[in-house]
Amino acid sequence: MSKTNSNMDAITKPLATLGRSVLFFGQILAAFRPDAKMFRAILAQVYFIGARSLVIIMVCGFFVGMVLTLQSYVELSKFGATDSVGVVLALSLFRELGPVLTALLFSGRAGTSIAAEIGLMKATEQLSAMELMAIDPVKRVVVPRFIAGVISLPLLSMLFTLLALAGGATYAINIMGVDSGIFWGNMVSNVGFQSDFMMSFWKSLAFGIIASFIAVFSGYFTTPTGDGIGRATTQTVVVSAVVVLIVDFLITVLMTWT
Amino acid sequence: MRSRYSIEIMAGLFLLLGVIALMFLASTATDLGSKLGKEHYSLSMRFLNVGELKSRAPVTIGGVTIGAVRKIKLDPVTFEALVIMDINSKFDQIPTDTSAAILTTGILGDKYVGLEPGGALEVLSDGDEITITQSAIGIEQLIAKYLFSVDNKG
Repeated sequence: MSKTNSNMDAITKPLATLGRSVLFFGQILAAFRPDAKMFRAILAQVYFIGARSLVIIMVCGFFVGMVLTLQSYVELSKFGATDSVGVVLALSLFRELGPVLTALLFSGRAGTSIAAEIGLMKATEQLSAMELMAIDPVKRVVVPRFIAGVISLPLLSMLFTLLALAGGATYAINIMGVDSGIFWGNMVSNVGFQSDFMMSFWKSLAFGIIASFIAVFSGYFTTPTGDGIGRATTQTVVVSAVVVLIVDFLITVLMTWT
Repeated sequence: MRSRYSIEIMAGLFLLLGVIALMFLASTATDLGSKLGKEHYSLSMRFLNVGELKSRAPVTIGGVTIGAVRKIKLDPVTFEALVIMDINSKFDQIPTDTSAAILTTGILGDKYVGLEPGGALEVLSDGDEITITQSAIGIEQLIAKYLFSVDNKG
């Protein structure tokens, strides 16, 4: 009997989590009121989530750009196509690496701290206290963090791409001796605004929604113990990474077909 | 109160930085920048064969880019390829007897349009056609011709 029960659990538990996440998403949207108080709360969270992730995003971006340039330069030089190194760099950054790597770094840097913060609020019964004072904890705690994450990730992704291009350009032009006019000129003529830049933007927006939502969700529904908070932060990173990579594939299929 | 104020400044700074990065990337690293703000006029030309010429391929005089191919289509009556290109308005003194050829960068590189200015006094203007053209020479045709001629001798 207990065996059938645990078998049922294996099916019903993920289903219940999925259902709860959809309901919670609706709850967040319903609690969103764009008033002055909310605006100030979002701005403060943009600082904690976005501005304080700047350094890690920019440093990582710069080195990703340099290593990408080095790797593609070595291979392209075998075909005498080193002039295309800027195009390879820009296309891979805009289409894939910019949004995806930023989302992964974001969930590691900001997502975990959101989950831990909300989880700790729940464990120390601050959320219940708010409810007793007739303050909606979703509106007060969850919504500003979620919205700030959705705003921050596309901007961080753009800064990541910018720094990666700068890193790649520095390496290609100053160390490998690619002509700077050819580097930027080929990039401009081969990178489309509609096809590549907008793809980068939509992807990072989608990843912003996914990574922020998973962070607030695992924080809000954590088991209110020290162990539970630990699991919530781990879950944030793992689930975000998996979902972001799956959604990345789906968006790419969708945007290349249409 | 003071620390709260400085947090808002930092957040605002971050937002500003992000938006600047967005605009900067859109205008310098994509084809949006080359479309905006620059005046251009269009010229057309006909080729028997455009080879692998693609839209957005550069148009050059003496190796310097002066414009880009906008559209390539087939004339349904004469079955010639009609190439329409945008030329930067700075270069509005191109003579009417200018010739055009489809050239290749390097041996296996991309195709581009090379213009060779003539000596006529009248200049081409918007919508005009360049009549003296030379089709693309495909490397596979060259190899085929070479093999054929070797075969004949032997």
